[in-house]
Amino acid sequence: MNILVCVKRVPAPGARINITADGQQVDTAFLGFTVSPHEECAVEQAVQLIEKHGGDVTVLTLGPIEAEEQLRTAVSTGATKAVLIPIDTTDWDPQRTAEAIAKVVAELETANGKYDLVLFGNESADSCGYQVGIRTALKLGRPIVNGAKGLEIENGAAKIRRESDAGVEIYKLAMPACVGVKEGINLPRYPTMKGRLASKKVAIARSKTEATTGGLKLITLQRPPERVSNTVILGNGPEAAPAVVDLLEELGILK
Amino acid sequence: MTVLAVIEHDRGAMTGASLGVMTAARNLAKQMGTKFEAVTIGENADRLSETISNFGATTVHQAHNPMLIDYGPEAWGESLAQVARKTSPTVVIGTGTERGHEVVAQAAARLDLPAAMNCIEFDKNFDGTQPLNVTRTRWGGSLLEQAAIDAPIKLVTLANHVVEPQEELGSTPATVSTIDVQLDDSVAQSFVQDRVERVAGVTLATSPVVVSGGRGVGSAEAFAPLEELASLLNGVVGCSRAVTNNGWRNHTDQVGQTGTRIAPDIYIACGISGAIQHWVGAMASKNILAINTDAQANIVTKAGYAVIGDLHKVVPAISAEIRRRRGK
Repeated sequence: MNILVCVKRVPAPGARINITADGQQVDTAFLGFTVSPHEECAVEQAVQLIEKHGGDVTVLTLGPIEAEEQLRTAVSTGATKAVLIPIDTTDWDPQRTAEAIAKVVAELETANGKYDLVLFGNESADSCGYQVGIRTALKLGRPIVNGAKGLEIENGAAKIRRESDAGVEIYKLAMPACVGVKEGINLPRYPTMKGRLASKKVAIARSKTEATTGGLKLITLQRPPERVSNTVILGNGPEAAPAVVDLLEELGILK
Repeated sequence: MTVLAVIEHDRGAMTGASLGVMTAARNLAKQMGTKFEAVTIGENADRLSETISNFGATTVHQAHNPMLIDYGPEAWGESLAQVARKTSPTVVIGTGTERGHEVVAQAAARLDLPAAMNCIEFDKNFDGTQPLNVTRTRWGGSLLEQAAIDAPIKLVTLANHVVEPQEELGSTPATVSTIDVQLDDSVAQSFVQDRVERVAGVTLATSPVVVSGGRGVGSAEAFAPLEELASLLNGVVGCSRAVTNNGWRNHTDQVGQTGTRIAPDIYIACGISGAIQHWVGAMASKNILAINTDAQANIVTKAGYAVIGDLHKVVPAISAEIRRRRGK
């Protein structure tokens, strides 16, 4: 089977996210970058599926040229092909992104045949828009279910497991289909030596495309009000245990 | 000019998030000098109109189609899109939940209109004639974005737990209008096909006590003392993303942006540095006790209480002290 996984390059922040002076971006001067967590799991799930059923995993991203790094990471963990949709900024608005991805997917499919599955992350870690996968699926004319915590192929259909407050929901989509994957569906593997070599050699196809700007416009980013806490230090080491238990009693946790 | 609240329900049972959405929709409508209406999807939700009326809606649009028995993201999104086309609301507000984001995104895609998810505030000067400026969360809440939605119908979801639900009866009960929506095979696939109901019991999301471990715990086996303390406090064990990535615990135990968001009475964070991804999942806790060797760790500076020390020694000492007091 052929699977396409759409990923996003996002900063990997530590304890604090800083913003550039113009308020338009996260200040990444001292940050590394990573594949957005849900999408990292989508890549792993795709690789597990082709290990079982055979086929190819193509990984695609819309982003700056530097996003090739994330495509190579995906190849080092088992993806076989990589496509970059290069743009001049860090990202586009959701409508524009979906339009561009749908166009490029259609081009790729004309050349190589249909993808049985197109996977997305449930939402990107940085902008948290919850919509690019859904918009792209609709443009491709394929069904999509988000929030997948399980994805397997059963009788030629994609069987999706999703968690809810009430328990677990099962969805089944005839392929070709799209799925929005959530972290926890699997534990992504580390790159292998063979994978690292493959990632260095892989030819990254570039599909430049244009798309219409959508109606959601970023005005500015800001940090939420800092939570100020005058931390009460209960003590040092095991000697602090009685003070901790006093606190638990005081808070009514220990009855 | 109206504000339309999208009611989330599961087979006819309204979810808590819908109450906040109705309250926010009513407040925004008042500010705009207009009416707040609501939409329910599926006949099994018709009975919710009384609750909706109690929140002051003037009209409840009931979307009907024989296919609308259980939840299906595409059928719900298409239904909402058709109701929006028919009633032309100025703003549509959905729930900031998995289903809410999904349905609003589906409707927005079908209407080819923008959507802004997880809004926490709307422009106080918005009167319906200009683009809607919103404040929404990014990075699971670690960053805020001011954004403008420029569209004839502004679609948003309201971040969960941001608006306190408040009933407010309208002068007259809500008018009920039935809208027969047209659904075809293209949306028929993605309905819930089957489900496994959860066995009742305390979960990470609902437990009043969570004892959580991070990278500092060191191994899967070293979680045993945390398990013991959690059990003494009738709580559950959680962990950070570093722990799941190392394979020490299941993702179901993960607290954070991409794990579970919790709000226990006390969160005991052991050997957790408190990176952004983790903090946003734990910050709603009523009390936080950090146990860490590093007095400068992010979680220590943000916690209400802290013990500076090695969790491998501190946690067993706390359990021993609890047992000693109980033994008296």
